[in-house]
Amino acid sequence: MIAFFIKRFFQAVVVMFVISLISFSIQDNLGDPLRELVGQAVSEEERQALRDEMGLNDPFLVQYVRFAKNALQGDLGESYFFKEPALEVILNKFPATLELVIGATFIIVLFSVPLGVYSAIKPQSVFSKAVMGFSIVGISIPVFLTAIGLIYLFSIELGWMPSYGRGETVEILGFWESGFFTQDGLEHLILPCFTLASIMLPLFIRLIRAEMMEVLQSEYVKFAWAKGISPRRIYFLHALKNTMLPVITVGGVQIGTMVAYTILTETVFQWPGMGFLFLEAVNRVDTPLIVAYLIVVGAIFVVTNTLVDLIYGLVNPTVKLAGR
Amino acid sequence: MKKTASILAGAALALSIASAQAATLKMAYDADPVSLDPYEQLSGGTLQLSHLTHDPLLRWDRNLGFEPRLAEKWERVDDNTMRFHLRKGVKFHSGNDFTAKDVAFTFKRLQDSPDFKGIFAPFKELKVVDDHTIDMVTKEPFPLVLNNMTYLFPMDSQFFSGEDANGKPKDLLVKHGDSFASRNISGTGPFTVSSRQQGVKVEFQRTADYWDAASPGNVDKIVLTPIKEAPTRVAALLSGDVDFIAPVPPTDHKRLKGSDKVDLVTLGGTRIITFQMNQERVEAFKDPKVRLAIAYAINQEGIVKKIMKGFATPGAQFSPKGYLGHNPALTPRYDLKKAKQLMKEAGYENGFNITMMAPNNRYVNDAKIAQAVASMLSKINIKVDLKTMPKAQYWPEFDKRAADMMMIGWHSDTEDTNNFFEFLSACPNKDTGWGQYNSGNYCNKKIDSMIAEANATTDVEKRTKIMQEMEKIVYDEAGFIPLHWQNLSWGARKGVNVDPVVNVMNFPYLGDLVVEE
Repeated sequence: MIAFFIKRFFQAVVVMFVISLISFSIQDNLGDPLRELVGQAVSEEERQALRDEMGLNDPFLVQYVRFAKNALQGDLGESYFFKEPALEVILNKFPATLELVIGATFIIVLFSVPLGVYSAIKPQSVFSKAVMGFSIVGISIPVFLTAIGLIYLFSIELGWMPSYGRGETVEILGFWESGFFTQDGLEHLILPCFTLASIMLPLFIRLIRAEMMEVLQSEYVKFAWAKGISPRRIYFLHALKNTMLPVITVGGVQIGTMVAYTILTETVFQWPGMGFLFLEAVNRVDTPLIVAYLIVVGAIFVVTNTLVDLIYGLVNPTVKLAGR
Repeated sequence: MKKTASILAGAALALSIASAQAATLKMAYDADPVSLDPYEQLSGGTLQLSHLTHDPLLRWDRNLGFEPRLAEKWERVDDNTMRFHLRKGVKFHSGNDFTAKDVAFTFKRLQDSPDFKGIFAPFKELKVVDDHTIDMVTKEPFPLVLNNMTYLFPMDSQFFSGEDANGKPKDLLVKHGDSFASRNISGTGPFTVSSRQQGVKVEFQRTADYWDAASPGNVDKIVLTPIKEAPTRVAALLSGDVDFIAPVPPTDHKRLKGSDKVDLVTLGGTRIITFQMNQERVEAFKDPKVRLAIAYAINQEGIVKKIMKGFATPGAQFSPKGYLGHNPALTPRYDLKKAKQLMKEAGYENGFNITMMAPNNRYVNDAKIAQAVASMLSKINIKVDLKTMPKAQYWPEFDKRAADMMMIGWHSDTEDTNNFFEFLSACPNKDTGWGQYNSGNYCNKKIDSMIAEANATTDVEKRTKIMQEMEKIVYDEAGFIPLHWQNLSWGARKGVNVDPVVNVMNFPYLGDLVVEE
């Protein structure tokens, strides 16, 4: 177990090093940060002076070594726009994004398991066919459109839901601004969470359905039927448990992907999270923030994958973590 | 203890009765201010903020005239000196009294600011005559003293003196990185910032005992939320989540106009969108006939109607209406036959190939406009290889003059005609900084000398003539291709009377906003 963690840790370090190198080397192609910092009438000399002051004229290697030195001490640079350490800015926005992802995951789990199982057990029923049809539509509509459509229907036409932002938040644990504990905060979560869930939900319904159908064909399930075990036990204990193995693997990877999908959802809903922050940073050529974001997201991927491996081990004891 | 509490409660009650008419304004812009320091960045967002939290010495009125604010009156002392009499009894948010000392302090910061020092370069010094009188002295006779004073938002010199917790001077002006002035505010304006989460929201509180008792404004609290996506911004207004938004995308104008819950207010803007033809890269562009042919081939009215949905004013010169240099005789001249004939006369009947670049997220519909221009040019056999890109990548390309035709929009910081010419149409000159954005390298010595002349002429009538003549010369030589002035738009819930407080500079005077329930 310890060997597994140590190995993972070094993998993470390598991944983050590579990410930092790549993101650092593309930053020159993102545009000129000075353009966003000064007014259009500022002369070229003034700009050059500022560039020198900020060290932007140094050779790539000098800049990278300077960055890496600071990064090793946990300092990923200072955001041009927020004028605060980039890592701090991102971590401040992290709760908002995480709550969005938690909300969406909750919706996905709540709907995908029963719907997937039902359509596996009764593949010919009208309801199953409707679910499958809906999932095809859901998977092919871009997030952006889903979001706008939901806002149009529920905010403008019906007036049931707020159209943007996080609403009222309360501070818990001293640093976490949470929207889970106020009615207003929860109302603000509904549309963005459904939007975010809309991408993954059809995928999971189909995945669970396919896996479940396969499991239901297997020998041990047939044997269970022959033994006369009640259908409920067969479906929800024997079959579902084995269905969930691949679902957990995919789910873990997808949660990482979902963090990336938050970029679009957050932008449409003006959700003050990391994804929106990233898109803004790209627009403003706030390079320290862009680099820091990519590294943090890289870290999230490594952490979620590690967690998935751990959970996998718990569900299926035959899986060995450390390898040989 | 109990007594204090009850007195406080009583006071709170009295306050709430007194401000029964007061209203809260929830508004959404596409971005929130970068900094609380008025002189860190010269941008629309900064000026919008400055007009909420500070007062300038004087400000523009709706017709581009001047309205006294912290300067009650002014007079010319001699050719190089203008005397301003400052308002008495004005207090800063901190409680400090406003005096000439604060104006001198602010003027010094202006001269140190990379973004603002250019505009204030013609000034030699500021002389404090007494506590409420100052003299602005220019190096040479300078016609735009009053224009420049609209940028002078006095800051609280006492509040910003000394050092902050990090041992840095409180008045330090930092373009990147943290500073006391970028996070703290003490102005004389109608509002003060009560809380701020950058990128999420800013809350403003009405200043108690604001000096301008004549102001009809009844908004006592403003919540400004940036909403980047235009459809979401519009949705927030239509669903009643916010009371006031800007800008409104042209595609939603019809919807807002058709709604019985909201009002749409539009005004002709002052930002001109243009194309420049690079004479150094393309030999043919040196021939005025070819440039004229292009000017005749572009259908400005068509672009405004089809692409901008009427939300722009077709233009054939730099200066919008209201500017001194605006020459009413110069109008769009779309005439394809004439264009073809000019191409033939110039010997380019069969046309040639050029490259073109334009941003795709800087101006309203910029990429679509570039496509339209490219297809119009194909009618006179100029084949265009068009590339559009996000502004972050576009400006470095522009600085490199990377294409034969490049798009640029310009708003005159001084609200004066000459600014356009200095930056866009003067011969590029590294020493004076003129022609910094003249990617076409259009160069006419006569224009340069006229710019200098206009800069030194304080007689308004004479100056107007010079600048109108400049517009005419560039028009006749087709020095560049003007397209249109972008209009401005605001959307507001009915009862929020934004119409009287908005202006073409796009900094609404929200201190004077009246909200009816």
